[in-house]
Order: sequence, then C-alpha cells, then structure tokens
Amino acid sequence: MTLLQNTLYVTTPDAYLRLEGETVCVMVEQQRRLQVPLHHLGALVLFDHVMLSPALLGRCAEDGRSVVWLNRSGRFQARLEGPVNGNILLRQAQFRTAEDGRAALVLARATVAGKLRNSRQVLMRGAREAKSGADRDTLVKAARLLAIQIRKLPQAETLDALRGFEGDGARLYFESLPAVMREPVREQFPFEARSRRPPRDAFNALISFLYALVLADCRAALETVGLDPQLGFLHAVRPGRPALALDLLEEFRAPLADRLALTLINRGQIQPGDFDCREGGAVLLNDKGRKTVITAYQERKQETLTHPLLQQDTPIGLLPHIQARLLARFLRQDVRAYVPYLQR
Amino acid sequence: MQRPSDDRLQIPLSALNQYAYCPRRCFLIHGEGEFRDNVHTVSGTLEHEQVDRQAGESKAGVRVEYALPVWSDALGLSGRCDVVEFHPDGAIYPVEYKHGKRKQWDNDDLQLTAQALCLEEMTGKPVTTGAIFHQQSKRRREVAFDDNLRRAVKSAVVAVQALLSSAACPPPLCGIDARRCGECSLRGICQPELIGSDRELEQLSQTLFEPEEELP
Repeated sequence: MTLLQNTLYVTTPDAYLRLEGETVCVMVEQQRRLQVPLHHLGALVLFDHVMLSPALLGRCAEDGRSVVWLNRSGRFQARLEGPVNGNILLRQAQFRTAEDGRAALVLARATVAGKLRNSRQVLMRGAREAKSGADRDTLVKAARLLAIQIRKLPQAETLDALRGFEGDGARLYFESLPAVMREPVREQFPFEARSRRPPRDAFNALISFLYALVLADCRAALETVGLDPQLGFLHAVRPGRPALALDLLEEFRAPLADRLALTLINRGQIQPGDFDCREGGAVLLNDKGRKTVITAYQERKQETLTHPLLQQDTPIGLLPHIQARLLARFLRQDVRAYVPYLQR
Repeated sequence: MQRPSDDRLQIPLSALNQYAYCPRRCFLIHGEGEFRDNVHTVSGTLEHEQVDRQAGESKAGVRVEYALPVWSDALGLSGRCDVVEFHPDGAIYPVEYKHGKRKQWDNDDLQLTAQALCLEEMTGKPVTTGAIFHQQSKRRREVAFDDNLRRAVKSAVVAVQALLSSAACPPPLCGIDARRCGECSLRGICQPELIGSDRELEQLSQTLFEPEEELP
C-alpha cells in the first residue's frame, strides 16, 4: 500500500522552498524556518505566494510527489505535472465507463449513497451525544428522513434524477447539522444553509476550506493510481473541473471534513476570532484559523481505523487512496462492484 | 483491447520471471507500470549495481561480460544478462545473480534459459548450461538448458505477450501458490485480500441503499 507520508503545507506568504541535499528547506525573509527530509513528504501544498526552486520542482516531478498551489481560501490554483504515468488502458476503461450511461449511473449512485450514508452517520453520532432531548429528536428525525432518501436512490434512472435526490438529502442533512453543535457555541456559528463562493458565514468558511484540503488529497490519490481526475461519473465534465476528484470527495465530506469542523467548534479550538468578515458579507478563515485547521486535519489523517473491507488498521489519510485503487480495480473489471467508503 | 498486431510487444526478460512467479505481478509491473521496492528488490538492485560496476574483468582465460544486453528477434525478447562468461573452449555460460538463498520457485531457471536462447540467436552457437548465483549462500547452482526448459520459455513468451496485450489484470494467486504473496513487493498494490473479497464487495453493493437502522 502507498505509504502515508506527510504533506508539507506552507501558508507563509513569500516563503521560498529549496532543495538542499535530500531535504526541503523553507526560507522566510532569508531565514531558514524549517528543514524536512524529502523522503518523508508525499506532497507539498502551498498557499498563495510561495516559491519553489527549479531544482526542487524538478525533483518533485521526478519522484511523482504532488505539488499543489491553492489561494488563501483554499481554492485550487495550479499543480506541478510530471511525466504522465499510469496505465493508458486503465484510462481508456475509465472513458468507456463514463460514456456508457448505465455504468456511469451505477457508479454515481454508489457515490451518492456513500455521501448520504456517511452524512447520516454524522447525524446519528450527534444524536447519541446530544445533551438535550430536543436536539436528539431533531437529529433522529433527520436521520430517518435521510434513510428514506437513500432507499430511493435505486429509483433514479437518470443522473439528473440522482442529483435531485442528492440535493434533497444534502439539504435535510445541513438543516439539522446545527443540532450537532454544543449549545454554548451554537450561537457563535449561525448556520442556515450551505453557501460558497464565497462562504457567507463562519461554518461555511470552515467546511469549504476543509473540503479543499480533502479534495487535493482525493485528486492526488486518483492520479497516483493512474486515473484521470477530470473525468467523473456523477459530476459533469467541465474545463478545469476535477470531476472525478469531486466524485471521490463526496464519500469523504461528512466523515473527514464536517465531522472535524464540528469537533473543532465543539472543543472551542476554532472560534469566531479565527475568521475575517469582509465588506458585503463574505466570511473567510484568517491566517491563525487556517493554521489551526491544517494542523488538526494533519493529525486526523494520522489516526488509524479498521478498514471495513481490508480488515486492517489503516491511517485515515490513506482512505482516499484505498478508494481510488478500488475504483481502478472496478473500472478494469478486476472486481465486480465499487463500494464507497462507509463510515462505521 | 488489442494492440495492433504489426506492433508486436518486445517482452523484457524479467517479465518472464515475473510471469512465472505470478501473472498478476507481471501485469502490474509491465502492464500497469506499478513498481514498489521492498527489502528484497532494494538489496537486489544494490547487488546488481555491484555486479554491473565490475564490467570487463577477466579470470583464468575466461572473458566475462557484465550487464550484457541480449535479445532474440525470433522470440521477441530483450533484456540484460548479469554475467556472461565466454570460455576458451567456446562455451558461453550465463550467470544470473539472485538475492535469495536458494531457488524457491522455478522462475529464475526460466529467466536464465531465456537468456540462453537470446545468446544462441545472437552468436549462432549452442548455449547448454548456465548458473544462478545466490548472493546469500555465495553458491552457484548450475542449470542445464534442456528441452523442457526451452519449451517452457517459448510458451511463457506467448503467454506474456497475450497478457500484456490485454487490458485485463489476472486474478491473484490462490491456494498453495498464494504463499508467494507473503514476500511479494507488490502486495500492497495488488491487494489480494480485496480481490478475494469480491463476493463480499458485491453483497455490500447490494445493501448500499439499505442503511442500517441503528438509531439510539
């Protein structure tokens, strides 16, 4: 299995990264801030104005180490692309499956089922831990409704119908999500509906940023197994859109991002002061908030759980890689079904 | 998906070895471009580097070529011999260096025989014996290239050509052969356990839309 290696996140503007022997050296204003052995790093994620020396770029390309640039709010800007690798025959199988409407629908249904089941899992855990009967009732009711929504999925005969069920399910989920927040912090994070580009409240800003981090990992996982991240089954193809990475992200939104966001809020690790409100209503994480979230996400990725299929201890950070590999196996007909990651 | 037939694949000699060990491993390495080092392959590479570096030396009238490129147009094979000894009496004697103590599977013999067939085609002279040199025991084990081995190489070449021309990955080894999975460097990528749970995957996919009622 792919080793779970660290991702180096650099958020300091105008930092300069260079190759020094077998290490990466992070320079800020001519000062050496950090030096990390290259073989510990699986990826570099750079926010905003971060520069890399040509030698380091070349080395990352050669090793197949992913280098991604995101803007301050976590939106994708650019990535380093080394030689195209992986199996062209696998990509052909991916393209054939996407063109076969029936097969694409089967995969898209599995993706939506994974998303809604994992969302429901967050609500049910919230219900078990609820401090008040009212919250518990809200969450139990929403979980029941979500279950109904999930059972409907096989009826979706078109992608549009499926996306309709998905949208309804997501709305149900987000409506009840504030009940998972603890009473004392709930007022600090008023949240009514999902908003993005830009997020209009702190909770939306928080989950948007986490989705961007998980998406970068999903994309890297797909590229590692040789799949084309731009051709998806649920998400339509659009120029520049990593449709397959967005498909894969769906399984992980609730367990990796939403759950972590709720924990950070409930424990008071993230507070209203970690966000900047801009004129007009946009809300974004500030530098301090971003650092807290990145650190927490990195720690979460190192935690292990027992993978339901492999029956072995797996670092959470490897889950997207395992799913990407399962998907590749399914596409080349190595196995007869694709099963999304299901949070227990 | 078939490749055009005029564009015949040249099979690397090492692919024959991989194929004899496990067809799935062969496909993952040569068809999918997957390769992961493990302890065995890393030390193997280091040993090969040592062998390769001594090129051109000779001993007792024997001319020794290290890392010699060899090929067979007739079979569609190409690769490299670790060591080929050219003896004063005209005998040509390939030696393949292997990390392990002793032969465990007959894949090494197959690879060595394929080298011999290449050498025969290249030189027009018979190559009748060679040896596997085991690094750990520092012993040579002589291999006679009999008709059985020669036939095995030819059928392996055909099989590997068919394998690498298709998009389908063979299933993992099963039964007693699955013992080989334990020391295979590609185990993590191959995921024999997952493929083995194909039926479980199918069952899970059928209950995907039936969320469990486990409300508090």
